[in-house]
Amino acid sequence: MDQSAQHIEISEETHIKPYTMNFGPQHPAAHGVLRLVLEMEGEIVERSDPHIGLLHRGTEKLIEYKTYLQAIPYFDRLDYVSPMNQEHAFALATEKLLGITPPPRGQYIRVLFCELTRVLNHILNITTFALDVGAITPALWGFEEREKGMEFYDRVCGARLHANYFRPGGVHQDLPAGLAEDMLDWAENSMPKVIDDLDNLLTHNRIFKQRTVDIGLVTEEQALDWSFTGPMLRGSGVAWDLRKSQPYDVYAEMDFDVPVGKTGDCYARYLIRMEEMRQSLKIMKQCLENLPDGPVKVDDRKVAPPSRAEMKTSMEALIHHFKLYTEGYHVPAGETYTAVEAPKGEFGVYLVSDGTNRPYRCHIRAPGFAHLQGLDFMSKGAMLADVVANIGSMDVVFGEIDR
Amino acid sequence: MSELEALKDLADHIEEELGEALDGFDILHGELCLHVKRDKIISVLQFLKNDSDCQFKQLVDVCGADYPERLKARFEIVYNLLSVSMNNRIRVKIRTDEDTPVESVTSVFSSAGWFEREVWDLYGVYFNGHPDLRRILTDYGFEGHPLRKDFPLTGYVELRYCEEQKRVVYEPVQLTQDFRVFDNLSPWEGMTDIQLPGDEKAVQPAYGFKEPEKVPENFNREDAKGRR
Repeated sequence: MDQSAQHIEISEETHIKPYTMNFGPQHPAAHGVLRLVLEMEGEIVERSDPHIGLLHRGTEKLIEYKTYLQAIPYFDRLDYVSPMNQEHAFALATEKLLGITPPPRGQYIRVLFCELTRVLNHILNITTFALDVGAITPALWGFEEREKGMEFYDRVCGARLHANYFRPGGVHQDLPAGLAEDMLDWAENSMPKVIDDLDNLLTHNRIFKQRTVDIGLVTEEQALDWSFTGPMLRGSGVAWDLRKSQPYDVYAEMDFDVPVGKTGDCYARYLIRMEEMRQSLKIMKQCLENLPDGPVKVDDRKVAPPSRAEMKTSMEALIHHFKLYTEGYHVPAGETYTAVEAPKGEFGVYLVSDGTNRPYRCHIRAPGFAHLQGLDFMSKGAMLADVVANIGSMDVVFGEIDR
Repeated sequence: MSELEALKDLADHIEEELGEALDGFDILHGELCLHVKRDKIISVLQFLKNDSDCQFKQLVDVCGADYPERLKARFEIVYNLLSVSMNNRIRVKIRTDEDTPVESVTSVFSSAGWFEREVWDLYGVYFNGHPDLRRILTDYGFEGHPLRKDFPLTGYVELRYCEEQKRVVYEPVQLTQDFRVFDNLSPWEGMTDIQLPGDEKAVQPAYGFKEPEKVPENFNREDAKGRR
C-alpha cells in the first residue's frame, strides 16, 4: 500500500463514527447469557460479535472424570429445553461402542419422548420468539400447554426438567400405569388446539409478518457453508432431516413428513417449527398406538441393572447392581460420531473410549453453536430490532452453546 | 453389508485421488475416518467438498483430542464432515503438538471459524491464517488450555466477589479436601484391554491407548491393526 492510499483510508475512517453497543448479557431478548457487541452505524448493524462462554461449565472435561452412567445427567443440562434428545445422542453413541441394541419397547418409548420434547421445545421457541417481536399472548397460552407436557416428564422420570431417563441400552423405567392413555389424549385433543390457537394468533398476523418476513435471510449455500442444521437448514430449502435420512431407533417405521421452507427467512423457520409440532404429535400417536410389550432395556446384567425385586433374593443380582453403580461398565476401545436430530438441529456426540469405565474424550456438537456463529452475516446491514428477531428464530439456548 | 462396501469404495476412491496426502484410513462402526498429513488438510478438505463422488459440503464439527502419551504429536484435530446430497459422513484427522500450528480451514468452510477458536481455547493448538483467533468459551484473560489432559479438573484459580474492592477477584484454588478420583477399576468380568498396575506380566493390553507410545513419523494404521 503506498502512502497516498493509506492517507485516503485514514481520512475515510475519520469520517465514520462507529457506535459500539453492548447487548446483554442481562437482556430478556438475548435468550440467556449472550453478550453481543454490536458495531452500529445509526440503527444499522455493521458487525455483530457474540461473546459466549458466560455459562461455560466444562461439561466435556467433567464427563472425562465420570463413568458412562454418571455422564448422562450432564446432557440434560446442555440444552435444558430439550434434555431427552441429548441423552438420546449419548445413549446411541455408547450403544454403538458397546454393540448393543435396546429392545423395541425401549426404542418406542425413547422416540415417543424425543418427539414430546420436540413439541415442548418448539412451543418455547415460538412463543418467546413472538414475545421478542412484541406478542405476549402466545407465551401465556403456550406455556400452559407446555406445563402439561412437563407433567409427562415428571410422571415418567420424576423430574420436570432434568430427566436423566434414557440409558445406554434403553430407558431407566417403564411407563407408569395410565401415562400412555393420558399422553395419547393430550396429543389428540389438547395440544392440536393450542397449535391452532398459536397459528391463528401469529401466522397471518400483520405485525408478526412485518417483523419476520424477509428478515434474517439465509441462502442454501450459506446454510451449508455455516453448518446450519435443523429448522435453520430446512428453512433455506434443504430437505434434510436425520430422522429420515439416517434413521435411528424406530424412526424408520414412523410415518411423518419433513417440512421444508422456501424463503430462508425468520418467517419460514417459524412455519417449519409449527408444522414440525404437528408432525411430532403424529409420531407420538403412532408410538403410543403401536407400543410393543416387553422389556424397556437390554437384558444384559453387565450393562443394565437387575430389578429391585431380583436384588432382594439373588446375591449375584446385588453384586451386579453394586458394580454397575460404582465401577460402571467398560466400553470397548473405539470412537464414534453419533448425531441425532434434536429440535434445534444436529446434536452430535464424538465419543472416544479407551476401554475403561470412563469416556476418554466426549466432544459435544451443539447446533446452537454453529447457528450463533452465523448471526454476524445474517445481521449485517439489518436494523437493531432485526437482530432480536434473528436470535429468536435461531432458537439459541446457552446451556448447549457454552457447554 | 452393502453400506460397508460403499464406504470401502469411497475410501478407495479418495485414496486413489489423494494418494500422498493420506496416512491411511480406517472404518470403525460403519464410520470412515481418514488420517491426513498435517500440511495437506486444506487441499484434502477442498477435494472432499468439491469432488463429485464426495460432496461433503458441510463441516459439521471440528474438535481436538489430547493423547499425551503420544510423544511426537499429542493432539488430534478431528473434522467431521457431512454430505447432504450423498447422505454420508466422513471423519478427517490430523495430528499436531503444542508448538506446531495447523492451517486454518476457514477459507474452505466458513463455519470452521468458531470451531477452531474453540480448539485453540481448550487445547492451545494454533491455527495459521485464522481471521480472528481469540478465546471463545473461557473467561476473559483465562490462562491455560483446560481440556488438555494435564490440566487439573479443579483448575488453578477460583473467583469470588470481594466486598472491599467491589469487584470479582481471582484466587488460587483452595480445596478443603484433596481432589480424589475413584476409578474403581478391577479385573471384573467384562473388563476390556487395559493394563492394571502389577498385572503387567500376566496380561498384555491389545489396544494402543495405554501402551507407552512412540508415534513414528509415518504412522501406519494397517500396522497398528496387525499388532492388535
